[in-house]
Amino acid sequence: MKVRAQIAMVLNLDKCIGCHTCSVTCKQVWTSREGVEYAWFNNVETKPGIGYPKDWENQNRWKGGWKRKANGRIVPRQGGKWRILANIFANPAMPEIDDYYEPFTFDYTHLQTAPESEAMPVARPVSLITGERMEIKWGPNWEEILGTEFRKRSQDYNFEGVQKEIYGQFENTFMFYLPRLCEHCLNPSCVASCPSGSIYKREEDGIVLIDQEKCRGWRMCVSGCPYKKIYYNWQSGKAEKCIFCYPRIEAGEPTVCSETCVGRIRYLGVLLYDADRIAEAASVENEQHLYRAQLDIFLDPHDPAVIAQARADGVPEAWLEAARRSPTYKMCIDWRIAFPLHPEYRTLPMVWYVPPLSPVQSAIEAGHVGWKDGLPDIASLRIPVRYLANLLTAGAEAPIVHALQRMFAMRIHMRDRTVEGRCNTAVLDAVGLSQAQVDDMYRTLAIANYEDRYVIPSTHREYAENAFDLKSACGFSFGQGCYDGRTVGNLFSALGPSAGRMAPPPVEEAVEQQDQPR
Amino acid sequence: MGAWDVFTDYLHDFLFGIYPYLCAGVFLVGSLIRFDRDQYTWRSGSSQLLRARQLRWGSNMFHIGILAIFFGHLFGLLTPHWLYEHVITVQQKQMIAIVLGGVFGTICFIGLTLLLHRRLYDPRIRRTSAGVDIAILVLLWTQLCLGLITLPFSLGHRDGSMMVQLSTWAQHIVTFRAGAADYVRGADWPFQLHLVMGMTLFLLTPFSRLVHIFSAPIWYLFRSWQIVRRRGGATRRPGPVPPPRPAAAE
Repeated sequence: MKVRAQIAMVLNLDKCIGCHTCSVTCKQVWTSREGVEYAWFNNVETKPGIGYPKDWENQNRWKGGWKRKANGRIVPRQGGKWRILANIFANPAMPEIDDYYEPFTFDYTHLQTAPESEAMPVARPVSLITGERMEIKWGPNWEEILGTEFRKRSQDYNFEGVQKEIYGQFENTFMFYLPRLCEHCLNPSCVASCPSGSIYKREEDGIVLIDQEKCRGWRMCVSGCPYKKIYYNWQSGKAEKCIFCYPRIEAGEPTVCSETCVGRIRYLGVLLYDADRIAEAASVENEQHLYRAQLDIFLDPHDPAVIAQARADGVPEAWLEAARRSPTYKMCIDWRIAFPLHPEYRTLPMVWYVPPLSPVQSAIEAGHVGWKDGLPDIASLRIPVRYLANLLTAGAEAPIVHALQRMFAMRIHMRDRTVEGRCNTAVLDAVGLSQAQVDDMYRTLAIANYEDRYVIPSTHREYAENAFDLKSACGFSFGQGCYDGRTVGNLFSALGPSAGRMAPPPVEEAVEQQDQPR
Repeated sequence: MGAWDVFTDYLHDFLFGIYPYLCAGVFLVGSLIRFDRDQYTWRSGSSQLLRARQLRWGSNMFHIGILAIFFGHLFGLLTPHWLYEHVITVQQKQMIAIVLGGVFGTICFIGLTLLLHRRLYDPRIRRTSAGVDIAILVLLWTQLCLGLITLPFSLGHRDGSMMVQLSTWAQHIVTFRAGAADYVRGADWPFQLHLVMGMTLFLLTPFSRLVHIFSAPIWYLFRSWQIVRRRGGATRRPGPVPPPRPAAAE
């Protein structure tokens, strides 16, 4: 047993209102630079939908994640090392920027320079790459709230095994939001795909990072990541990804997306796991057992044997204490209401999701919902269980049903307690929860106080760095010195010119400007 | 000897006796400085994200061709005569060079032409290209054309005498022997121009995306799938973190 700790995230989809605050604050902090305008370290998709980049869940097309060979070993789906090197000159499974979207701005100057006319002048979209007028055809939330026709959205991979036609009808339609970020996997396929070895997992907190100095832009990680959460910066020629806001995490603060979440849906806490059993867990034969296999390598932070081994492996005391209070441990392991996103990719992701309940009140009043043991029949809910199972458990429905039942039981119990004034323990017994557990669940999920959502021990930097050397440094920057990531004006900086600067005004507009009276 | 002859004579000595060392010096020291000081700019500069069209064929054919040609030149020019004379004759070596050079040169030519066309005429690629990106591609294309032009000249002297002269020049240069320039004095103009442009490519390497050649990720084949880094460097042995010191006496 080798104990390692990771700050894991859980997102409670039941409470996500799809406001995109997480995406916008993340973008403002990390990707508001030329070359990554199209990149969203965090984006929120409406499900069902094919998402961003288009069709990202279709691994037959994009070759992300791992596949299990007949001999029981796993290799990246895009191929072994020889195959990856053979594809290095032109990666056959890499999305083009149009699969994300061509970055754009609007021709705002036209609003001021347009000559007098009968119609209002319009600021039309202009490409941030070519400077030419363009049509906006896709984006990080293109299918927002069931946008585009059902025929296209129903290409969603998660409809596998679902009679999807009826969900195209207005009466039966369903949707929920899926905020997505890097999963900071235990068995990351991006790391395995990187020919330069620039991507690595940090031992002390499990954050997966790209060494910007070491990245050579071979772009195999872009196709290697099944979640398509590695973005190629077309300006710098380097790959970039969600950094889990590590400067904040190190200081004991939540990530920007978590901090700014108005729905209080995000949770951060320490999970301990057995690093020696990662390969074993990632290569179990049956895809539906992967969720269970990943649960099995998480370690109980209350177990004295685990604590002793963790100390021997160098896990700081504050981290062990945080692991015992971890909200993510409770949700993933204790209550079993959170699940990994697409465990069948065999990457052992560490950002987990609580499946959404369906709106039931009016359905119950109309008698559309069946009841069993004082609980609503999960199969009669609006969101098909199979769809959620395809998303979260590789198609195994029982764990999803169990989780939804527990969440319903908590609601029924609390409603009975606060509205009816009686303690309904029968419903708790039916789902195997104790009174104390439900109280804690209610506090964590419904009240969701800041200190209950985020239990983040700060990093012991004092043991790893000389603080004196950091004095007067510029903190987070690119490359040597105080870079902002743009290297124009340097002898070696053979980077492209800023597209924004060199974009010439469209011809007819230049003519219009000349015609204007002075 | 007239002034013009003196000048061309000196120019010849400069281009084939001194310029090689200038180029090699800048190539080695410049690359070292860039690697040491500015690794953030050290990358292949792929534009596949912006446009995959023409790249699948263009890039693959170019790279396969250029790698074969590069190693062909490397071994062809620098293998000493005494090392191979017992295995193959000079004439045989000349024919191998012509055939392989012709085949891979043509493959490379098709790929490079596709890449150059894409870079110049695709608005996304053109607008995001730096001057040196286009310059390197044009230089490579011209150099490749020159190399292909030398083929009929080589067929003119199948005895391999020209090839031996060129490789003697190259071996004299890399072993720092004087009088190297004299070996290529009588060479046909495409050979001489090809040599000068080839050296210029070395000169420009540290300032262009060509530095990615140094980083050919061969060692990827020998590493484990996963990489885990520990803060404070890999040399730091994992061990228990010492407990915090007791607070100073109140």
